[in-house]
Amino acid sequence: MSNRARMSPVRTGFVHLALAAYTLIALFPVFLTVINSFKDRNAIFRSPLQVPLPSTFSLIGYKTVLGQADFLNYFQNSFVVTIASIVLVLLFGAMAAFALSEYRFRGNALMGLYMAIGIMIPIRLGTVAILQGMVETGLVNTLTALILVYTAQGIPLAIFILSEFMRGVSDDLKNAGRIDGLSEYAIFFRLVLPLVRPAMATVAVFTMIPIWNDLWFPLILAPSEATKTVTLGSQIFIGQFVTNWNAVLAALSLAILPILVLYVIFARQLIPASRQER
Amino acid sequence: MSDADMTELDDIPIKRPVRWHIAVFLAPAFIVYSAIMVLPLIETLRLSFYNLVDGVPTFVGLSNYRVLFGDLRWSHDFWNALRNNLIFFAIHMCVQNPIGIALAALLSTPKLRFVAFYRTAIFLPTLLSFVIVGFIWKLILSPIWGVAPWLMSLVGMKSLFAPWLGQSGPALVAVSLISNWQYIGIPMMLIYAALLSIPEEVIEAAECDGITGWSQFWKIKLPLILPAIGIISILTFVGNFNAFDLVYTIQGALAGPDMSTDILGTFLYRTFFGFQLQLGDRSMGATIATVMFLIILAGVSFYLFAIQRRMRRYQF
Repeated sequence: MSNRARMSPVRTGFVHLALAAYTLIALFPVFLTVINSFKDRNAIFRSPLQVPLPSTFSLIGYKTVLGQADFLNYFQNSFVVTIASIVLVLLFGAMAAFALSEYRFRGNALMGLYMAIGIMIPIRLGTVAILQGMVETGLVNTLTALILVYTAQGIPLAIFILSEFMRGVSDDLKNAGRIDGLSEYAIFFRLVLPLVRPAMATVAVFTMIPIWNDLWFPLILAPSEATKTVTLGSQIFIGQFVTNWNAVLAALSLAILPILVLYVIFARQLIPASRQER
Repeated sequence: MSDADMTELDDIPIKRPVRWHIAVFLAPAFIVYSAIMVLPLIETLRLSFYNLVDGVPTFVGLSNYRVLFGDLRWSHDFWNALRNNLIFFAIHMCVQNPIGIALAALLSTPKLRFVAFYRTAIFLPTLLSFVIVGFIWKLILSPIWGVAPWLMSLVGMKSLFAPWLGQSGPALVAVSLISNWQYIGIPMMLIYAALLSIPEEVIEAAECDGITGWSQFWKIKLPLILPAIGIISILTFVGNFNAFDLVYTIQGALAGPDMSTDILGTFLYRTFFGFQLQLGDRSMGATIATVMFLIILAGVSFYLFAIQRRMRRYQF
């Protein structure tokens, strides 16, 4: 690294300028929403770009949103669906990835290919028949329907990523386990799973974002009041409260929060430590 | 030992216990994936050949397709949605991906500070739900709130402002650009990871030969990240051709104004699920889903067989 040609300070300055400019574009709308959610109604309209001052500060929007008991219920539904789906995707995906990467058996390649189709073909195209099936099994308007769909949606990518990583787990370790009399199940759960934890975090992030944010399946499979997710709930809330900007901005700010927290938890695992951070 | 004995020995199958654990490991993923994803997809394709005749589902051959492409009302909506979808895709390829690559290239500048901050900030919109993104931008672009006109007045272009989302021409471009804003983090992250995986030695060798800066990016790094660019292109394609949520949250199921932002996803939703006065039509929904399936399949096959095969991969 030391013999690297040094960047001139002017060039570095331009790089920072460009990145900062785009960062501003990326953050500005979010910033605008959050600051205005803390202001009273007049201030939102009169000076949208001003940060809340003591004279304009107001929590009325948050009170309206949280006063609606439903909204907490929506959050709960989203958490249940997202977490249950991630757990199932990781468990089922890792088990299948282990079978495909560890054992040689007839049909292995075919099975891998079959599972890989789902990476490219979106599950939405089967919605017509999925809804029909859910109606027949009485699962419409249950969170189970959403969890099943999201699990099926997440499994192909999970298998793909995890089997890549599992091929890297040392054979000596697994064989040592076998000599010690561990069953194949124990080898998987006790030896292999802990070693692929960083890959599991990556899969968790990629699975989590589309599930939390999905509007299509909640709208079609579970639109009832009791099963609304926060994404669908806030979409409808916006429709009802379209003139109550305080409440809408507060609802949006609240909806940003959980996904941001989850992202920050997993973010460190997303990309291997870069050159600069090494 | 005679020859006969030898063959006899070979013929005896090696007794191997059935490895049940393989089946146990594979079963849950296989069952869920097949039952919820693959079978419904096949069933949807099958349904596109059926329709209700006197209230009874009957095999009608290709007549649903004849309606979709032949009936003036249907075919007008279909071609409109397909054309809009192609424009939507083209804008993603021309705006989102080049900017994403440029940002990744800037981020991978050696010894740059605050990289983690820039990366997280630029990725943030990708985390947000369509409901949030759609509504925030509707507010910003709203002439009533006046944030966009005010921002444009800062650069002296206030006269150019128009309520874009409400005009049938610019609405599609505006929605596409909002989608670009939201998803730029994905090409950025993938290309950034690809740039970081280029070995130091290659870069150092280039520097010894006096290739630095811009020419280094074009001549050394870009050829090395071409496979990653191929991947983001096909991801964009698949994502765009089943997009629905953003148009739905910004313009509603009718994809207004005057269907100018209607894409295949919203067209499928309206047809299959119905809206306002129109009743949902399962058979036509399945037909549209099948056409979308074929479009996506064609794109993915083109990528796998025509592009990915020819792409040169460098092993280090």
